Amino acid sequence: MWPKIRHLGDRGLLVELGTGIDPAVSRRVQQLHQILARENFYGVVETVPAYCSLLVVYDPLRAAPEALVRQIMGLCHFEDGDHSGPPPDVVEIPVVYGGESGPDLEAVAVFHGMTPADVIRLHSGTVYRVYMIGFTPGFPYMGELPEALDTPRRETPRTHIPKGSVAIAQRQTGIYPVVSPGGWQIIGRTPVELFDPRQEKPSLLGMGDHVRFTPITEEERLQWAR
Amino acid sequence: MGAVDLLEILSPGILSSLQDTGRTGFGQIGVAPSGAADNYACRVGNLLVGNLENAAAVEVTLMGFRARFRCETVFALTGADLQPSLNGQPLPLWTVCRAAPGDILDMPSPACGCRAYLSVGGGFHVPAVMGSRATNIGAGFGGHEGRALQAGDIVQSHDPQQYMHTAQRSLPDTLRAVPVSDWVLRVLPGPQENQFPARSRVLFHETTYAVSGSSDRTGVRLEGPALPKQPGAPDSILSEGILGGAIQVPGDGKPIILMNETVTGGYCKIAVVITADLPLLGQVAPGDTVRFQATDLPSALALLRRVEAAVDWVRGYCSD
Repeated sequence: MWPKIRHLGDRGLLVELGTGIDPAVSRRVQQLHQILARENFYGVVETVPAYCSLLVVYDPLRAAPEALVRQIMGLCHFEDGDHSGPPPDVVEIPVVYGGESGPDLEAVAVFHGMTPADVIRLHSGTVYRVYMIGFTPGFPYMGELPEALDTPRRETPRTHIPKGSVAIAQRQTGIYPVVSPGGWQIIGRTPVELFDPRQEKPSLLGMGDHVRFTPITEEERLQWAR
Repeated sequence: MGAVDLLEILSPGILSSLQDTGRTGFGQIGVAPSGAADNYACRVGNLLVGNLENAAAVEVTLMGFRARFRCETVFALTGADLQPSLNGQPLPLWTVCRAAPGDILDMPSPACGCRAYLSVGGGFHVPAVMGSRATNIGAGFGGHEGRALQAGDIVQSHDPQQYMHTAQRSLPDTLRAVPVSDWVLRVLPGPQENQFPARSRVLFHETTYAVSGSSDRTGVRLEGPALPKQPGAPDSILSEGILGGAIQVPGDGKPIILMNETVTGGYCKIAVVITADLPLLGQVAPGDTVRFQATDLPSALALLRRVEAAVDWVRGYCSD
């Protein structure tokens, strides 16, 4: 059944390896992403992993799509289970929850009939997998949020979300690394720099990383900034 | 010798920014390519003045650009005809011209097209960030201080006097991509084409769309009849990788042709503009019309080879 390969115009192949937000599917995407990086196929420009697909961008003047499709099909024999190497370290992300840093914390708590402290406990009590980086540079799409925090997006998206905002939407959580518009519910803010184009490794997080949020106070945030 | 002050921006107009052929290889960390919206015009302009084709140029949008040269240099204007003049004298396009210190370059308003490229001898000199000088305006890095150009900015070049011999080079008419206002873009079926019923696909190909005034470097937004999806099809899909030229249809049913500022997306793509036609997207202006014409993969590749053959001819012409 998998992979399903679909054309994205004349220079992209979308290799689908499953459906839904599923760690097993994500590990297959990660494996294929790593294999293609290693194989360095002639004409492949880059690969972009997402929840259940890998976009393979190629130069059609150098590689014929049908040849690439054959090559990729030949690589897609995954053994399920985690074969992507040792489990990654857990990256700790300090967060000031609520108040000005998390203007939607109260509303999220009310929506679920719990207290803001319950939301914080649930959000910071889970280790999340980074399923993909997208939307803006360095923005990690992470899951899965505990079912008790499954929250719809805001009806009206915001036009200006501060850098570092920690947000949730449905069963996902994410961090806005640069000022941008967005429709997710903002529950906190981190002083950690998620994206710095001047660094050798510009994005703090990569697909497949594991993340845990740690509540901090406003005072601790100021200390962090120094 | 070395870096010299070359151009002082007096008025950036609607939007001016430094762009090159873009930033590749960072889609996996959410970094879009950016780069010249009409990369044919940008590459050819740089070749004409003796640069490598991935040198940085100023991309000028529609109207109101004014700048003063600070040193002697050659320059070329390619892409849109924004009725350019130097000290009030009309300037030819696709042609290498000379400027002296104090000369004033004006690009007041569009005769045709949307974006003009100003290439200069030595290329605009700013630090490369993640392998490119293109400005990523959304994320605020690359180009001149990570932002669009502002009045008072002074941009530099490298050894412009080394490029003076390119003056008078002029591109043959047949290689000039002269913008129109009624565009026909060739498309391949999109990855979620089957989320749209046959009548939507017919409607998509039969409609003459109007280009919305809210179009920008992120995408060409189109006004026309809404394209309904299959009954029960969700408004959005799980986000997946995306490329410039992808035509996504959000909840309101009005197609948006994405340009090179987006790496992932969660809307269904009904079709994808072929790579050979991507430079045209940079010249589609608000008020223009757009129609879509279906093609196939072999034809798309043949058309791309023609574009690249044209660029290759320019490389030969400029390699004396």
